[in-house]
Amino acid sequence: MASSAVSHAGDRAALARSRAAAQSRIRWELLSQLIRKDLKVKYQGSAIGFAWSLANPLIQMAIYYVIFTQVFKNGIPDYAVYLMAGLLPFTCFSQGVSGASGSVVGSAGLVKKVSFPRLVLPLSAVGFAAVQFLLQFTLLLAIVLLTTPGKFGFQTLLLVPAFALLLAFTTSLGVLVSALNVRWRDTSHFVEIAMLVWFWANPILYPAWQVKDTLDQHGAFWAYFLNPMATVVSTFERAVYQDAYYTDRLGQRRLILVDPGYLYYFRNLAIGFVITGLLLLLARTVFNRLQADFAEEL
Amino acid sequence: MSDRRPVITATDVSKRFVAHGRKATQLKERFVQSAKGKSSGATEFWALEHVNVVVGEGETVGLIGPNGAGKSTLLKILAGILRPTTGHVDVQGRIASLLELGAGFNGELTGRENVYLNAALLGLARKEVDRLFDSILDFSEQGPRIDDPVKHYSSGEYVKLAFAIAVHVDPDILLVDEVLAVGDEAFARKCLAKISEFQQAGKTILFVTHALHLVEQLCTRGIVVDHGKVQYDGDPAFAVGTLRKILGTDRPVGAPAEPESLGGMVVVDAVASTSPGGAPAARVDPGQSLHVRVEVEVQAGVGMVEGEVHVVVMGAGDIPVLVLRTPPDQRVPAVPGRFTVDLELAEMPPLVGAFILGVSVIDPASERPITARRFDQTFWVLDGPRGALLHLPTTARVLT
Repeated sequence: MASSAVSHAGDRAALARSRAAAQSRIRWELLSQLIRKDLKVKYQGSAIGFAWSLANPLIQMAIYYVIFTQVFKNGIPDYAVYLMAGLLPFTCFSQGVSGASGSVVGSAGLVKKVSFPRLVLPLSAVGFAAVQFLLQFTLLLAIVLLTTPGKFGFQTLLLVPAFALLLAFTTSLGVLVSALNVRWRDTSHFVEIAMLVWFWANPILYPAWQVKDTLDQHGAFWAYFLNPMATVVSTFERAVYQDAYYTDRLGQRRLILVDPGYLYYFRNLAIGFVITGLLLLLARTVFNRLQADFAEEL
Repeated sequence: MSDRRPVITATDVSKRFVAHGRKATQLKERFVQSAKGKSSGATEFWALEHVNVVVGEGETVGLIGPNGAGKSTLLKILAGILRPTTGHVDVQGRIASLLELGAGFNGELTGRENVYLNAALLGLARKEVDRLFDSILDFSEQGPRIDDPVKHYSSGEYVKLAFAIAVHVDPDILLVDEVLAVGDEAFARKCLAKISEFQQAGKTILFVTHALHLVEQLCTRGIVVDHGKVQYDGDPAFAVGTLRKILGTDRPVGAPAEPESLGGMVVVDAVASTSPGGAPAARVDPGQSLHVRVEVEVQAGVGMVEGEVHVVVMGAGDIPVLVLRTPPDQRVPAVPGRFTVDLELAEMPPLVGAFILGVSVIDPASERPITARRFDQTFWVLDGPRGALLHLPTTARVLT
């Protein structure tokens, strides 16, 4: 009798411990609920709802397309596809990081009154951007596939590691800035401006040779890929864009992509993942150190 | 404090807040402040100092104290929302905290969507919420309004929905901060019923409240916090008495801090004991005699002929239960000096609970009270089942 009572009490204690642990874990459940909430709140009450999330990149692409093919006549064939391949992942990155930077501050009411794993806040902001990206990209990919089916082959599989790097890098930076922004509200303003500048550090609008030629003179083109987003963008381009070369206005044969092969991209992806891994470690340390005071700082 | 398995252990917890004149969240301000030296404009404030609290499984603890005493800070630290500056907190089990009802609600979402979101925040899986949803809806009394955006809810409806979620997540520990007062009476009753259900299920409840009668009714333990320190930790009735002393509400409303009187008679002291002039009693058993010794001071220039002494035995929520009064031939004369009056109740009825004394002097001519005073000395009669004031033998027969 007595021993069974003791073991019963032990069971209860063990159950209580495991429940306490479950409460502090990051749960997909909570993450998906938060992402769903963001999507609902953002598009609720608008007539065409989610279509708005497509409008922004479409308009942006249309403007760049007109400027770079009609005004500057860069001569890149299927420039719209080239644009899409770089613009969409970068938009995902910049929206994810900007969203994450304001995520903790924006949920002040929640953070001050409810105990839950704070990390879900930047993660859900990144998740929100990623969901939008996946929908936009799938749709645009389908359009391209229908109009120019010849553009696809084995290289399309590069989308998988490229997307993984995009997600990992956006998450790492997002987590870092979300915590810093609680302590220093300048962070989110800084992030906004940094994104404007960062945009031009990737071969989104221009073909890579334009920077490669200049940087190669100083033997510094390797530094270009210390930016994991340049790797993400160039790998996305390699994955969906077939023509490696084009002839420019001067009649010169130019490389559109960073490299016509594949190995080059795997090397860059590896570098990108290493840098992202280091950034993630830093972000985790900073977030864990600062999060205990979130409720107080807000 | 308790021989039960501890579920909340706060060891030497202190919390310091630094209040800047204006909070320096901008980089420039930080630089300016650090250049001026850290102390400029910043005032330190210790919200809690060296607090030790161990709460055992199944206890219902009322956390009481004046406004700004540190109760809510303590609750937030126990809930894991704030980090203690020093000391540490160990919690075993699933916590549901209701620090502000509907804190996790998003006004744009419907009640139904908020139920899922809030439950996920409190640690529930979607499947579990599916299973509990009807019960939550039923408890919250929202009916079809559950599909309206919660921004259209009244504050009462908000509370009902939030409380419904919190009690359905099956927490091991429920932390509640002064929120039960919002709903209507019917809902308040339902909440109290739910709380006693929790108590019977052996769950731990900690709540902050200013409704002191709730503490006496519901709690197994009362903790008084004032100026960031635990002033008393123990019996709820004593805790309430301690707090009333701190607040100064142990005197009737409007009575000055120093005993004063309209007619020149002042109640100086009153002691309840089980023998004439005996030591203050902590317990008076039914059938025992109750002796109350009252000291009355008659001041010079007293404006009445004689004074009748009334001793009121008061239960939880200051309900008067018994009155002991001096007979016409034993009144306090209008002669300056100090008088001792002994009153006796021959046989204590089988009352249940903790009681205190309220003493007043009445002018028999006008039947007006001249002076009145509450005393903190609390004595138990029967430490029996709560919820009734009298414990009388009953007989019953089951008829086929």
